[in-house]
Amino acid sequence: MFVTPAFAQATTTENAEVPAHDAAVNGDAVNTETGVAHGTERGVFPPFDQSTFASQLLWLVITFAVFYLLMSKVIVPRIGAILETRHGRIAKDLDEAARLKGDADAAIASYEQELAAAKSKGHAIAATARDSAKAKADADRAALDAGINEKIAAAEVRIGEIKTRALAEVGTIAEDTAAAVIERLTGTSASPAEVADAIRASGNGK
Amino acid sequence: MANDPTHQFLVNKIVPIEIGGIDFSFTNSSLFMVATVAVATAFLYLTTTRRGVVPGRMQSVSEMSYEFIASMLREGAGSHGMKFFPFVFSLFMFILTANLLGMVPYFFTITSQIIVTFALAMLVIGTVVVYGFYKHGLGFFKLFVPSGVPVPVLFIVVPIEIVSFLSRPISLSIRLFANLLAGHITLKVFAGFVGSMSALGTVGTIGSVLPLLMTVAMTGLEFLVAFLQAYVFAVLTCMYLNDAVHPGH
Repeated sequence: MFVTPAFAQATTTENAEVPAHDAAVNGDAVNTETGVAHGTERGVFPPFDQSTFASQLLWLVITFAVFYLLMSKVIVPRIGAILETRHGRIAKDLDEAARLKGDADAAIASYEQELAAAKSKGHAIAATARDSAKAKADADRAALDAGINEKIAAAEVRIGEIKTRALAEVGTIAEDTAAAVIERLTGTSASPAEVADAIRASGNGK
Repeated sequence: MANDPTHQFLVNKIVPIEIGGIDFSFTNSSLFMVATVAVATAFLYLTTTRRGVVPGRMQSVSEMSYEFIASMLREGAGSHGMKFFPFVFSLFMFILTANLLGMVPYFFTITSQIIVTFALAMLVIGTVVVYGFYKHGLGFFKLFVPSGVPVPVLFIVVPIEIVSFLSRPISLSIRLFANLLAGHITLKVFAGFVGSMSALGTVGTIGSVLPLLMTVAMTGLEFLVAFLQAYVFAVLTCMYLNDAVHPGH
């Protein structure tokens, strides 16, 4: 530290052995190191051998710079592109799958919609068919009922006529029977007017 | 020499180069730096040539490393931190490949050199500091002032924060260096026992099964450490980059 820069320069460039008294004065380790022949000395632990440092540094700088350039210009873009392509491809395939699934869902939805429409249409057709059949049946029955009632009424009228006629004939039969009975019993024939009066009188007497 | 456990860390010149009196020789260390770059790049490049939408086994490994670091950085530093992705990815792949290459017998482990790990750590911290000041100006100093802390406590907290920030490059580099160094030395020592015990005769040969088993187990552990230390380095890098992107805690 007491040594002048010029003197230090001189000792290093001359590569000379540092004089003993100077070494004692400055005690600078660098000067003693540079005085030793490079790389060949024994006793220094090899990784700490400072004589190899300059060469190792230089070659590390060269090789690592080349390596960095190769990585950043060639390898990283290359692998990056491969991964990019793959992710793009996967994303595209997923999109395609999603699109196809959407299509399938839409198809299912339209199918179900049509099915529902067809079902409701079927129901409607069935309902109208049932209604019209029922209406026709009702109409038919009503017509039949009307015809039957008419026939019943006509029949009742005829029955009434027949009944009155029969009842009317009952009097004549009674008179004939009574005349015949009287003739048999008395041997004399009674006049029909008398018989009729007698019967009417007994009929009234009832 | 064969049983010296530190011999494997010795840096030997292959092509001596000296510029301006400083030794810049191409050494076995330089060779394995080049090998690391070549192996990592070749693996990542060749496994992705098919560009398969459905990845093969090896392509998955490359993609997994990519996505692993990407998610780590996104969780650590948010989406703004993603601009550092090539940097963190390079660091992770470089350290991981260097560690794994070091597992091959007779190969040099560049991450067991303190200067290499320290340079990588300083690169991270340098990036944090430069980007932090570039992006936030003096606001970057908010990093040392946690929000919501009462003023008297700040007099204690701020120095602690500064010291912890300054110790980051040291802890980051020493952690990687020491793990790799210690692992390789231990492995070498146990493997050395096998040889030296076998030389003691029959009993020694039978007994050498124990260090052999230990060596096998340690090898498995060292593969774990090789990955784990690359992972830890990358995770911490993400955390430190988060400070550069969002300084105000």
